Amino acid sequence: MNAVLRAIWPVATVVLAIIAVWYLSAAILNMPWERDQAARADTTPSLSERLSNTMAQDRPVLPAPHQVAIEIWKTTALKNITSKRSLVYHGWVTLSATLLGFGMGTALGIALAVGIVHSRAMDMSVMPWIITSQTIPILAIAPMIIVVLNAVGISGLLPKALISTYLSFFPVAVGMVKGLRSPDAMQLDQMRTWSASAAQTFWKLRWPSSVPYLFASLKVAVAASLVGAIVGELPTGAVAGLGARLLAGSYYGQTVQIWSALIAAAVLAGTLVGLIGLLNRIVLARMGMNR
Amino acid sequence: MIADPTHAAAPPVIEAPVIEAKDLSLVFQTNDGPVHALSDVDLTINKGEFVSFIGPSGCGKTTFLRVIADLEQATAGGVTVNGMPAADARSARAYGYVFQAAGLYPWRTIAGNVRLPLEIMGFSRAEMDERVARTLDLVNLSGFERKFPWQLSGGMQQRASIARALAFDADILLMDEPFGALDEIVRDHLNEALLKLWARTEKTIAFVTHSIPEAVYLSTKIVVMSPRPGRIIDVIESDLPKDRPLDIRETPEFLALAHRVREGLRAGHSYD
Repeated sequence: MNAVLRAIWPVATVVLAIIAVWYLSAAILNMPWERDQAARADTTPSLSERLSNTMAQDRPVLPAPHQVAIEIWKTTALKNITSKRSLVYHGWVTLSATLLGFGMGTALGIALAVGIVHSRAMDMSVMPWIITSQTIPILAIAPMIIVVLNAVGISGLLPKALISTYLSFFPVAVGMVKGLRSPDAMQLDQMRTWSASAAQTFWKLRWPSSVPYLFASLKVAVAASLVGAIVGELPTGAVAGLGARLLAGSYYGQTVQIWSALIAAAVLAGTLVGLIGLLNRIVLARMGMNR
Repeated sequence: MIADPTHAAAPPVIEAPVIEAKDLSLVFQTNDGPVHALSDVDLTINKGEFVSFIGPSGCGKTTFLRVIADLEQATAGGVTVNGMPAADARSARAYGYVFQAAGLYPWRTIAGNVRLPLEIMGFSRAEMDERVARTLDLVNLSGFERKFPWQLSGGMQQRASIARALAFDADILLMDEPFGALDEIVRDHLNEALLKLWARTEKTIAFVTHSIPEAVYLSTKIVVMSPRPGRIIDVIESDLPKDRPLDIRETPEFLALAHRVREGLRAGHSYD
């Protein structure tokens, strides 16, 4: 019990600090509007009245945490999950594209890393392109991917997943190149003394050596996949998904909706990263490396 | 060298060359110009011998071992192992190689590590189990099969790595300062164990070391080397009995051998 408390304490402190700063910021940022309202109505509400009003505006500059919490509660627990107004529905739309893109990105990243590690030509030719690919702003190419694929009749899940793939293959490729190269010269010499084939060296030495690197990369990649899926939803005209909620919210000045979608995305990302962390611990434990 | 008839217990060396180096030279091309790692090395190692290579850093003793193992290629001359070129001998898995670091895979158990070369060489499951059990017994690690490397001491890890090199029954064991990173007490113990193992398995062992007592204690033949260029200064046949308790190191015969090794090193300017 004590250990649990000790683990929770620092996290709880940070969360409380964030909430305190959030409330303070909400009060400061929403105050000018209250002042204007009071001036327009020619009333002089007390400071405490004005303060409490800043926490209950319909379209605040910065919604207070409890407003966002209530909005999230209303759009998750109180809505049928098939409803277009349910955050769970939108979350699932985004999550499915995220997972598909993450899977494809991981496969592509590993395949590229294997090629780069085993072929000097690929190392010289592909690596610069991989790095260049990440210097292009995703916001610039996401609409083009969506439009081009739409023109050839592909729409829905796949275009968004491709943008996730584009963002997530990079950390996997870079991490796995490092991981597959992590066996030292002695370990590789040892394989030579046994006349091991390249495939044997890969499966028995390089691949297991790279597992810790893989999981570190996957944590970055899954978060990037989520960002990719959300960005991919923006140019679709805001049909469904967390990105659509963000866009619709900004069209209509629904800041509470924007913030609840943001929080939902953050919770989703945190959960995905946490799941990969858990998988990492299980795999390393089974490999006997959980010291 | 004439064998001393008074030491009847001396190892019966069958005159069959297992490793033969002829005019072996190896030059590394570096940015600072060529480095003569080995220069005109001639050496014959017979079956069942325990040969130590001793010399300061840069004398080419490790390089020589690596040439035998086909991990480096000679630039002139050549080496044959079991009558074959080194590359063929490596393909035929003629030797087991023990590196300075145990290099056990942290994700494999001790048994799994010993099994690794057997998996690569495609032994049957039953054969693998039998060999793993037998070689772990040989290095006194029975009962540690399911432990992971980090659960073992450095000395035990190195013993596991020796078991791994023995598992596929190569006749030759190449050892590159295998006990160099271990403390004196563990090292004594492992030296004793290695001699017993050598007596039981009748392997041919080539052993690189920095330590004069270690070289004299273990070997039937001591090869003294010197750097710049790497070359052989002296080859000393040891007439110590095959059965060597640790306190043999205080006998006059032992000290005389150690003295001769030291003289060889001095002649090669190894102390400059």
